[in-house]
Amino acid sequence: MHSGMSQVHAPVRPPAAPAELDEHAARALLRAQVARLERRLSAAVAASMPDGGLKTSVPRPAGPGGPRLLSLGELEVLRDALAGRAAEAERALAEREREREDARVRLERMLLAPGEHRRVRITQRELGEGGCGVWHVRPRLGLVGMLMGWWQVKLSSGCPLPGSR
Amino acid sequence: MSADAPLVRGPVAPAVAAEFPGLAVWSCAVGPPARGHDPGVREQLALLSGRFHGARAVELRREPVPAAHRVFFRHVGLDPELTRTPIEAAALERLVAGGHRSGGGRLEDALLVALLETGVEVLAFDPDAAPAAPGLRTAAPGERLGADPALPLPTGRLVLDAAGRPLAELFGAVDPAVRVGRRSAGVRLVAVQVPGVPDISAEEALWTCQEALGAPPAG
Repeated sequence: MHSGMSQVHAPVRPPAAPAELDEHAARALLRAQVARLERRLSAAVAASMPDGGLKTSVPRPAGPGGPRLLSLGELEVLRDALAGRAAEAERALAEREREREDARVRLERMLLAPGEHRRVRITQRELGEGGCGVWHVRPRLGLVGMLMGWWQVKLSSGCPLPGSR
Repeated sequence: MSADAPLVRGPVAPAVAAEFPGLAVWSCAVGPPARGHDPGVREQLALLSGRFHGARAVELRREPVPAAHRVFFRHVGLDPELTRTPIEAAALERLVAGGHRSGGGRLEDALLVALLETGVEVLAFDPDAAPAAPGLRTAAPGERLGADPALPLPTGRLVLDAAGRPLAELFGAVDPAVRVGRRSAGVRLVAVQVPGVPDISAEEALWTCQEALGAPPAG
């Protein structure tokens, strides 16, 4: 401990019986698993931004609530619930990433051959980018371009102002 | 600057210490806070507001001290998504309010500065209610928090305790009778160091708070 701190009480615990040691070890293992799962869940939440939308809350353990020493059973239930949430969050992130990859491929194809992707729109959000921009295949010079088959990809940018329609 | 008050470690009940070997309660006793607001502290709060922008608020949960609090909350049956850890609650409040507002008093400002600087929450108690270093234990059957019947303590609830008197639920409600008031002779500052939080963070929290209070060590 740092020099500025002085210890008044050191908790003393009598030697534990084997069954108690087993439960103590099991509890320590469950707490370590809960810690790892919490870190996985936090990493998933951070990775999901700015979209967010991941479920991170787990059902409250049975009992009176509030901070307390959880029983072995409660720790197991918590571990299982967190494992489910973490797996669900990671699946959702992977799915989101697949959709973004699809959108990036579609954009690349749009840029290569705009005429084959007439009127297609891909938002920045679909690409996993920030902002409100939209990639849009539009005719060059309006009606003339439409008749002549002159298509181009435009990126409209800027978020609508608050209150505007 | 005044000399730092010595930090004292309070007792943690054996069952609680066995479950959480790194859990500690540190405290120091200081004299009454200097009168009036400290413009320096308010300026510091304004500067700290700049650190807690939206992206930081999201990433906060992955920083070591806030992450240790989230894990500890899970371990004691609290869901950090519903019962926010102190630093996440402060970050959220800053996003909603657009800045860290001065709490109205020098003590509130000092507690907030210590939390924002270190990620460790500091609590303040009237030294008459907490004459010795507070510790941690589980509530006994029939106990309640102060005289208010609306604050019962279920058996087993983790509480901060001073000389057998429950002062507050751990990371929860505080007995209104033990808060620092106008007539308090000083302040007992308390920081709970959850497992995974370095000693230096708990230490810094208490000293930062003491410095912001402008209070000399007690006695």
